[in-house]
Amino acid sequence: MVKVMVYPPTSMILADLVERKGHEALVVSKEVRKKVVTPGLDSPPLNMTPEDPKKGLKYAAVDVPSGVRGRMALLGPMIEEAEAAIVIKGDDCTLGCTGCARTNELTRFLLKTKRIPLLELEYPEDEVEAKRFVFKIREFLEGLS
Amino acid sequence: MKSTKYVVTSPDSDVLPSDIALRIYELGLEINVKETCFGVIIDGEEEDVSATVEEVRKMDESNIFIKDRGFSPGDPRRCRGHRGGGARPGFYMMQHESEILPLISRGLTSEARGEDPPAGVEAKRRPTLEELEAMINEEFS
Repeated sequence: MVKVMVYPPTSMILADLVERKGHEALVVSKEVRKKVVTPGLDSPPLNMTPEDPKKGLKYAAVDVPSGVRGRMALLGPMIEEAEAAIVIKGDDCTLGCTGCARTNELTRFLLKTKRIPLLELEYPEDEVEAKRFVFKIREFLEGLS
Repeated sequence: MKSTKYVVTSPDSDVLPSDIALRIYELGLEINVKETCFGVIIDGEEEDVSATVEEVRKMDESNIFIKDRGFSPGDPRRCRGHRGGGARPGFYMMQHESEILPLISRGLTSEARGEDPPAGVEAKRRPTLEELEAMINEEFS
């Protein structure tokens, strides 16, 4: 079983496909869960502990927007743990109020420089693309074990 | 350790959230089930949740998708009932992905049948230095 990071880290489709093949999907909800069960946090992940910015500082400098450092406090440990990664490129859902373009860039950069098996693809827009999408992911995941 | 998961059905599926909930009750495990419009949320001890997930997936392998959730169902920090309504954080991603779930389901069905993937168009690749040079010469000479 290989730990596969999926990006967007909230992706249901990627996490499901990874777990169907018997690997462990690293998703942000598992990191959030750790915070939810920690006493003393009113509204995780919106509330941070003094330890979180320190974790974020490991990946982004102090002059980088705080949102990036806050997100990296969650995503950084996942990147370190990852043994492989599947990344969706150019998807709108990773932008806007639910995401952050700079964090996306930084995460992809860190995954690429980590030199782990990495699959980059786009969400399908028709049935033919969907079949290729599923096939590519299956091929990638079978190659890991 | 407790674990919470979403069970989401594809719009193409014939399985209803109530069918999934009934199947989970039949298993007789210590699992909390919350029916929603898109599927169910299950909450319980990690081993029970894993066993439930395996059984639920068998109901419609290609059309049932499972995702982890950070908060337990009804958690006042996320529950709309306690927050005055509105979409909960995380809804938009699920809404976005739900639109392509039927396509993924068809991909999974095709894979389960052992069909070969459709022949792809030639992969996009960057031109080599020689090709780039030839292009520049062609364009500007």
